[in-house]
Amino acid sequence: MNSDKLTKTILFSASLLVLIVAAGIMFSLIGGAIPAFKAFGLKFIITNKWNPTEGHEVYGALPFIAGTLITSILALIICLPLAFSTSLFVAEYFRNTRVANILSSLVDLLAGIPSIVYGLWGFYTLRPFIVNLGLSDQGFGIFTSSLILAIMIIPFATSLSTEIISMVPDELKEAAYSLGATRLEVIFNVIIPNARSGIIASYILALGRALGETMAVTMLIGNSNVMPSGLFGAGNTMASIIANQFGEASGLKLSSLIAIGLILFAITGIVNSIGKYIIKQFS
Amino acid sequence: MTETLINIEKPVLKVRDLSIAYEAGKYAVKEINADIESKAITAIMGPSGCGKSTLLRAFNRMHELYPNIKTKGAIYLNDKDIHEMSTIELRRKIGMVFQRPNPFPTMNIYENVIAGYKLNGIKLKRSERDEIVEKSLTNVTLWDEVKDSLFKKGTFLSGGQQQRLCIARAIAFNPEVLLLDEPTSALDPVATARIEDLLVDLKKDYTILLVTHNMSQAARISDNSMFMYLGELVEYGKTDTMFTNPKDPRTEGYLTGKFG
Amino acid sequence: MAVNKIPAFIDNIDGRNKKNKLFLGLVIAMSLLTVVPIFFIISKIIINGIGQINFNFFVQTSPDSLQAMTAITNNETIPGGIANGIMGTFLIVLVSSVMAIPVGMMIGIYLYENQDRRYSNILRNITEILQGVPSIVLGIISYLWIVKNITNGFSAFAGSVALSIMMLPMIIRSTEETMKMIPNEIREAAFAMGAPYHNVILRVLIPTGFSGLSTGILLSLSRILGETAPLMMTALGSSVINYNITKPTSAVPLLIWEFYNDPNMVKLVWSSSLFLMAFVLTLNILSRRIAAKRKIGKKR
Repeated sequence: MNSDKLTKTILFSASLLVLIVAAGIMFSLIGGAIPAFKAFGLKFIITNKWNPTEGHEVYGALPFIAGTLITSILALIICLPLAFSTSLFVAEYFRNTRVANILSSLVDLLAGIPSIVYGLWGFYTLRPFIVNLGLSDQGFGIFTSSLILAIMIIPFATSLSTEIISMVPDELKEAAYSLGATRLEVIFNVIIPNARSGIIASYILALGRALGETMAVTMLIGNSNVMPSGLFGAGNTMASIIANQFGEASGLKLSSLIAIGLILFAITGIVNSIGKYIIKQFS
Repeated sequence: MTETLINIEKPVLKVRDLSIAYEAGKYAVKEINADIESKAITAIMGPSGCGKSTLLRAFNRMHELYPNIKTKGAIYLNDKDIHEMSTIELRRKIGMVFQRPNPFPTMNIYENVIAGYKLNGIKLKRSERDEIVEKSLTNVTLWDEVKDSLFKKGTFLSGGQQQRLCIARAIAFNPEVLLLDEPTSALDPVATARIEDLLVDLKKDYTILLVTHNMSQAARISDNSMFMYLGELVEYGKTDTMFTNPKDPRTEGYLTGKFG
Repeated sequence: MAVNKIPAFIDNIDGRNKKNKLFLGLVIAMSLLTVVPIFFIISKIIINGIGQINFNFFVQTSPDSLQAMTAITNNETIPGGIANGIMGTFLIVLVSSVMAIPVGMMIGIYLYENQDRRYSNILRNITEILQGVPSIVLGIISYLWIVKNITNGFSAFAGSVALSIMMLPMIIRSTEETMKMIPNEIREAAFAMGAPYHNVILRVLIPTGFSGLSTGILLSLSRILGETAPLMMTALGSSVINYNITKPTSAVPLLIWEFYNDPNMVKLVWSSSLFLMAFVLTLNILSRRIAAKRKIGKKR
């Protein structure tokens, strides 16, 4: 009996670790960010400057928040038709066939490629492609980063929505067919309305992934600490400015980078929570 | 060979040498020949796996939803080969009601009744839609029960009411034939009785094909009965004669409960 | 009863059928487009990387910029390999696993044994939040906790801490899911035989759920193996093979980053990427195979 109690206590103590780590993350981020907020106030979030020159240090998070949001949302928009088509392919049109299984596995492979490898491919293949199309001088910028990001989040956008779509009951689809609907009409009038929340949730979760992506975006976005000037302009994201400058940062700069990390943590947390909430509502 | 064709004047449906296989060599339905009487209730009975649902679904080509289906022979609707029509046209002329009531959960009652039109992309004036909804619901004796909650979703309806809603949805297009696949097997006896009464009433306007696993139901309401066994149409005749004087020993065995 | 009269309407059956076929074509085209990048990426890495891989690749440490430049001007293959990266990755991942796997499994089992408590639901929510934290933020955290305070400098241990926080939610979730799939009768039978709780866990639950647990572990490993960003600010990198977890250590992704940033060593990115990708994809496929076998086993 005594050993059982001990085991239970050990398990419970282990579970506390999750709380400790989560709390620790929040405290450390907030604590580390306080000097920056003290120096610049909450305006830090909307300040559009990043000037590390000594004596005139001004740091602001706006260019990076903008860069992160723009690239992530654009990536989601690009990925949507591709992911949605793949979901329909696997869960509806070719459900339970060998082709669908192969396609599904290939898409899962996309999730296994490390971010830095995506960055390399983006740099050496995608970028010259964009340059050749005449869209940009050097190929860096928002568009290229969003494109690579879109490819990276496709597996996340497809997996959940594929599951949800295949769970729409056959009898509803049959009822629609028996009334004379074409397959397309069944998809848009029966499947989508009945799978809507699940599909939306999967895209929101994919967005959450995109927000935190670092390496591939860093290698393609142009590393310019200003608001992007256009679709093909260079910029920077919260993750990439941290990756670029954290190693040698100290003092106010370090605190500003930590503050940016805090903002990134908050935005990602909110987006993911919204996605999870929608799923819970659905089931 | 027992009688399997009834001499009917101007049958609305004709089945000729119909065979359907799901897998190579495995025939769910074997060489069926039959004429279906217009504006009558024809019951299709038989033990599980005899092919009655497959046969029913062949009439509106729903069996084609499954891959690997091979069909031989033909079915004629008013002398037109249904395989030469578009499935859209066919399914507007032949409606279907399923075993478990399946109103569309994201649509309210009104939208469910009119769903056929919406799915076909047909735009109607509000007054036309209202009329169709009211008439269809009245025809299934559901109007009084739901007229004040037309814009609520149908989930609060009982099983029997939901099934009547599905029938209303199927007749909104004024089809010629109504196919019902064991429509009362998921319902309690009271709801079942109501639907049976409804079908007897509806046969004035529609030809009804009813698959049932319940022979007393067939005896109660059908005019003609088919008995199927292992994919074959064993016997087909007027319900009264078939039940009192079955010609095939297999039919007799089924009706007397020796198997089933 | 009156029969419905259908109002006159414009029929567009041909148009609808055409749209139907068109949409199918679109779906097929887009789906194929989705997997095209996979072929491009994998083939590019294999084609460019396979040439550089030889025995030395695995046993020699990375060259420095000067060596690389000399080799290029003399038209020779760049000397060296990625042994420091391989050993570094191995060390860091090993320490992460030791920290994350046992603890993660314990937490997963706790959640399984205490399904409906409010505390468990809170824990699950927090675990899900942890899973969504970007890896670079975890790098910051490990920097603040370990680099600044514990090892007073960049270290392998700091890298391991960041990666173990990444692994933890995945292990927790897969453990709980695996446990939930074990039939309750097995658990009850073990208790009924008088086995102490820790033996029920160690001798019955874990072996029974072995394939599910391995799937979770392999998947989380494949996830952290490719991580670069958190290591940049924790393990930093090193040109030598290092066995001391309190010192800066190399890792394969870090080497790839260093090669990428040095014009002399750029050619080396491909072979190291090939190595990394092969490893990660193998783990990925392996875990999926095990998961699939489980599903087949269940169907029986």
